[in-house]
Amino acid sequence: MQFLPNIIFAVILILGVGYFVKNVKKLTRNIKLGQDVDVSDNKSQRFKNMARVALGQSKMVRRPVSGFLHIIVYVGFIIINIEVLEIIIDGLLGTHRIFSSIGAPYGFLIGFFEILAALVFVSVTVFWIRRNIIKLARFWKSEMKGWPKSDGNIILYFEMVLMTLFLVMNATDVHFQAMNTGNVISQYIAPLFSGLPETTLHVIERGAWWLHIIGILIFLNYLYFSKHLHILLAFPNTYYGKLKPKGEFNNLEAVTKEVKMMMDPNADPFAAAPEGAEDEVPAKFGASDVQDLNWVQLLGAYTCTECGRCTSSCPANLTGKKLSPRKIMMDTRDRLEEVGKNIDANKGEFKDDGKQLLGDYITAEELWACTTCNACVEECPVSIDPLSIILEMRRYLVMEQSAAPTELNNMMSNIENNGAPWPYNQMDRLNWKNE
Amino acid sequence: MSDLLKVPTMADCMAQGKQPEILFWVGSAGSFDDRAKKITKAFVKILNKANVDFAVLGTEESCTGDVAKRAGNEFLFQMQAVTNIEILNAYEVKKIVTCDPHSFNCLKNEYPSLGGKYEVIHHTQFINNLIASGQLKVEGDLYKGKKITFHDPCYLGRANNEYDAPRNILSQTKANIVEMKRHKRTALCCGAGGAQMFKEPEKGDKDVNVLRTEDALETQPDVIATGCPYCNTMMTDGVKVKEKESEVKVLDVAELIANALGL
Repeated sequence: MQFLPNIIFAVILILGVGYFVKNVKKLTRNIKLGQDVDVSDNKSQRFKNMARVALGQSKMVRRPVSGFLHIIVYVGFIIINIEVLEIIIDGLLGTHRIFSSIGAPYGFLIGFFEILAALVFVSVTVFWIRRNIIKLARFWKSEMKGWPKSDGNIILYFEMVLMTLFLVMNATDVHFQAMNTGNVISQYIAPLFSGLPETTLHVIERGAWWLHIIGILIFLNYLYFSKHLHILLAFPNTYYGKLKPKGEFNNLEAVTKEVKMMMDPNADPFAAAPEGAEDEVPAKFGASDVQDLNWVQLLGAYTCTECGRCTSSCPANLTGKKLSPRKIMMDTRDRLEEVGKNIDANKGEFKDDGKQLLGDYITAEELWACTTCNACVEECPVSIDPLSIILEMRRYLVMEQSAAPTELNNMMSNIENNGAPWPYNQMDRLNWKNE
Repeated sequence: MSDLLKVPTMADCMAQGKQPEILFWVGSAGSFDDRAKKITKAFVKILNKANVDFAVLGTEESCTGDVAKRAGNEFLFQMQAVTNIEILNAYEVKKIVTCDPHSFNCLKNEYPSLGGKYEVIHHTQFINNLIASGQLKVEGDLYKGKKITFHDPCYLGRANNEYDAPRNILSQTKANIVEMKRHKRTALCCGAGGAQMFKEPEKGDKDVNVLRTEDALETQPDVIATGCPYCNTMMTDGVKVKEKESEVKVLDVAELIANALGL
């Protein structure tokens, strides 16, 4: 019986981590539903981008208030995890504050954690106020109703509770308070419990300790169901982010082949298809569903933490159009999750559900409102490229469905007929010289 | 004035056995749009003034296909690209300058993988180089002390990270350059990109060009400068909507320089 707490702890730990790993596998499988794309180039540049943008938070601080507060929460999150390591070792071995044996540095370390915990608590509170009291416009756009709004707040409550538990745990640890080193913040919380007998304090301390670690495990598992996945995926996403100039859109290779065929005077249009060609699935131009997008775009959808910096800089959205780059990413993720669940329910195979990303999630009206200005791409603190998804879906609309707005069809037939978007004769191209 | 413009074509040069240093890609807007043609001519005047050895394709030029690509018509884009590349390569073009950031971006970034590899420069970069190398001296006090605000074209700025060249040029006019709140990488689009130029906007509560013009008017400028024929149209329309056309001019950087030089 002596080892009961250790065993319970181990079981909880295994369940917590195990369920998370299971969901990470699901996440990876879903991302791999995307088309292949070669991102094996420029490894050193990619590492630099990851170090600068994800680790260094370089784009976060472009908006100084939220950027500064975010850095506190981010640093707090990473550093306080050292404490979690101690908790895990203590839990498994039945020890108490095993790292305290290192002596004076321990007090320094815990003191540092306590300050961070308090700062994180304050920052998270400010975040909550920005969302719920000040009501910053970007948190109140139409796509932020319902679950996305609750999700944002739940994450903040989680962090408040976890930080409080950590500080209460320290405040009610009689031995730790007696050491009087490292209790930088908790010494001011301890008096709240001063009237209580030592046994009660011990119960509270143990309670806070257990709730803290269980809370962390719940939070870990909450990630998969939440926008908060960015704390992990920001790293791969910034690594795989676009390296080319923002204005450069990819040239579709399938189209290049056909165009070269058409332009080749020696090509025989009636020639039999080369051996094996009939087995090839004809390429679909553009994207109507998540499987048509590439896996980096799908990774982006899971990485998006719905901060809305993209949408708040989008010229279409700023002028009241339906397009919101954030919604493009949220829709992509929602549809991808739906496809994933479909696959789970049908023994590993996707059964047509009569739905797709285009139309059921993202409307043509949203897609046609984009000016391709790259403001959303420039803004994203984790290198997501919503514009690339918009373009893929426009390609589908135009090349598979001939469903461009009439004026654009006119513009395109002008280009086909006379090499300019307007109905002017190509032979008049130099007339300006003499006007 | 126009009879003084020297605009050789690549075909002329070839007939004379000459290879010009640089091709001036005029673009569809620069060739056909009445407002943009003035920018084209202003730039040619600068080229002539600085004795630049250039030529145009003239009637052999065709739309880059940029706007078709952004509208989703990759087929049409690549057809245009491949056709243009054949002509450009036949003339052994090495260097291209253009007044249109959309052509600039398309030729520079999207043509190479289709076989069209050139050094492509935007006219603001080109003029900036002319000034830096001393080939062009900007004199005169036409814009001295005048308030000029520069609207960054998306396809020059965010798309290709060129923010300094147009500003460097403007500073040569001794004008007082004032920045809008949203400028450089946070600049707001004029509303024309992504094929919007050729269609009505989707339902909303405002037009993008009006919002952007409001940004510009906040700086109380004498001139709104830009470096893109489409931005120029959008900002000019915006100024009209705001009924400020008598006080505020919308000019391309090339026009400002040509005016300053009395060309």
